[in-house]
Amino acid sequence: MGIAFYIISALTVCGGLAAVLLKNTVHCALALTVAFAGLALLFLRLDAQFAGFAQILVYIGAVAILVVFAILLTRGSDTPKDGVFSKTWLAGLAIAAAVFSVLGWAVLQAAPWLPHETVAPNVTVNQIGEALMGRYVLPLEIVAVLLTAALVGAVIVAMHEKEGAK
Amino acid sequence: MIATPLAGYLLVAALVFAIGLAGALTRRNAILVLIGIELMLNAANLNLIAFWRYGPHPEAMTGMMFAIFSIAVAAAEAAVGLGLVISIYRHAKTTDLDQINRMKG
Amino acid sequence: MIDRLDQIFVLLKHWLVGYLPGEWQAAAGVVVSVVVIIGLYPALFALTTVLERKGVGRIQNRLGPNRVGPYGILQPMADGIKSLTKEDIVPRSADAVVHFLAPIVLVVTVFMGFAVLPMGRNMVLVDMDAGLLFYFAMGASTELSVFMAGWSSRNKYSLLGAMRAVAQMISYEVALLLSSVVVVMATGSLSLVKIVEAQNHYTWGLPHWYIFTPWGLAGFLMYAIAATAETNRSPFDLPEGESELVAGYHTEYSGFKFALFFLGEYVAMFSISGLGSTLFLGGWSAPLAFLTWVPSWIWFFGKLLVSMCVFIWLRGTLPRLRQDQLMNFAWKFVLPMCLLNLFVVALWRFIGDGWLRWLVCSAILVLAYVGIGWEGMSRKRLGARSYRYAD
Repeated sequence: MGIAFYIISALTVCGGLAAVLLKNTVHCALALTVAFAGLALLFLRLDAQFAGFAQILVYIGAVAILVVFAILLTRGSDTPKDGVFSKTWLAGLAIAAAVFSVLGWAVLQAAPWLPHETVAPNVTVNQIGEALMGRYVLPLEIVAVLLTAALVGAVIVAMHEKEGAK
Repeated sequence: MIATPLAGYLLVAALVFAIGLAGALTRRNAILVLIGIELMLNAANLNLIAFWRYGPHPEAMTGMMFAIFSIAVAAAEAAVGLGLVISIYRHAKTTDLDQINRMKG
Repeated sequence: MIDRLDQIFVLLKHWLVGYLPGEWQAAAGVVVSVVVIIGLYPALFALTTVLERKGVGRIQNRLGPNRVGPYGILQPMADGIKSLTKEDIVPRSADAVVHFLAPIVLVVTVFMGFAVLPMGRNMVLVDMDAGLLFYFAMGASTELSVFMAGWSSRNKYSLLGAMRAVAQMISYEVALLLSSVVVVMATGSLSLVKIVEAQNHYTWGLPHWYIFTPWGLAGFLMYAIAATAETNRSPFDLPEGESELVAGYHTEYSGFKFALFFLGEYVAMFSISGLGSTLFLGGWSAPLAFLTWVPSWIWFFGKLLVSMCVFIWLRGTLPRLRQDQLMNFAWKFVLPMCLLNLFVVALWRFIGDGWLRWLVCSAILVLAYVGIGWEGMSRKRLGARSYRYAD
């Protein structure tokens, strides 16, 4: 395997580990951003340029900032007194370890039969646009409705209630 | 450069998924649970793109389109989820999930 | 001969790289181009600081700096020496790692944007198919560094400035993206090289620049407004205004880190003006058909410098917008006009060539502008203008 793959994977996994282990919530959000960047680089290695740039634009440019704003608005930067892990952390860790072992066993079992790398597909943005307007027009419209509903819903959920309403 | 086998990408995705799952199940702060969920969604996206690239028909772009739609839906879900967390904070004055463990408001 | 002058930098690069063996040449070419970009734009930044201080000074009826060289031209040297030798103070309660990383992340993401800008004929670092998307992805990452700077300083003014700056940048980012999508719709490609080539034709001596179309003019104006807001320039500089918030998100930075923030802001201005001239003003193409003998890179940098002069002019002339005023402006005026512009460019392509599309598109845009403006102003009760002179 190429050395670049190892470095990017190490970056992603360390970012993910830091995101769930650190005490300070804002540090967790910044480590999450590093994990997103590592994943975007992995997408670029897999010749999915549009997905990689969309990942940077949407996740780092919007979701990470959203998470950080939510942390600041809920005063998450103050660390709680009795630790950051819940009382049942061992069960959670055991479940995650079990899931990883099952997935890892499945991948390693099937490793000899997995397909090898083919010629890089030359996917242009034109083709993506035509696919979105042709074959995938229904999911596109549904995602548009979903985003509108999410926008309106998020505003309503987070809005200050009017004084004396209901 | 030797080509990276597909198993490498799948293992990385499985590892990130497990880390996200561990984070979502063990942290007390509601926002960190959402961070874990975002990690899980990203790991699934990586799986999709890896299978698209190594699959039989990469020119059909199915895997990449799936991943792009998944990114869009995940952004919407993060927005709504964080709106909910802010709303709960306003009501319960805390984001500590060990204390928000009753149905009675 | 004229061709060689036009391609002189490309020929220089090939000559330099020719000294290396075959398989190293591509990588060495990229390294040479990157070194040139990293050297050129900070030099332009030094020139622009003098231009700005003299220009703003003249607009405000005073001389700018005039001590250091003839007419103050060597002022950037003095500024550079000062910022390099000042003590680097980090507050004790500040978050050291994030405090250190914030200016670095800013400078790195800002310089990445130059990888896709075509600075002349055949002079683009990477000709990406999704070049515009890459540029905006890098632009979106700069917002995170602003937040990192403000939060890590553990200073209420910094945090407030950072939140305001991020809110402003997110709002105007949508306007920036939508006003660029108009150009993509007209060209049919996200590649900046193709966008410039589509504008490089001439009819009766006049170029086919997108700014000379109704939707292009509207798009350019909204792009200019959004670009001014994205780089936190006056009149949108509330997050860093000296009289409001000390220095906003870079209050607690001193010495070289402050200089890095300053550099990042100006290089972001260059980058976004370069993109604006590529999208709307034809990039490296000449304004009139008989001027094509002038090298293409001279036109690109000329347009860049003209944009910087317009930025400086805006800074000296317009008063600062309040936070709620600028958010209202973004969401209630610029965004609806951008969406309408998308519809207008679709109509432009649908109607096809001829005088009818000019009439219809201009009419829609002018009516919308007048309508939204009238509707927005009807709720304000402004008194008659009064003047007070310094007698």
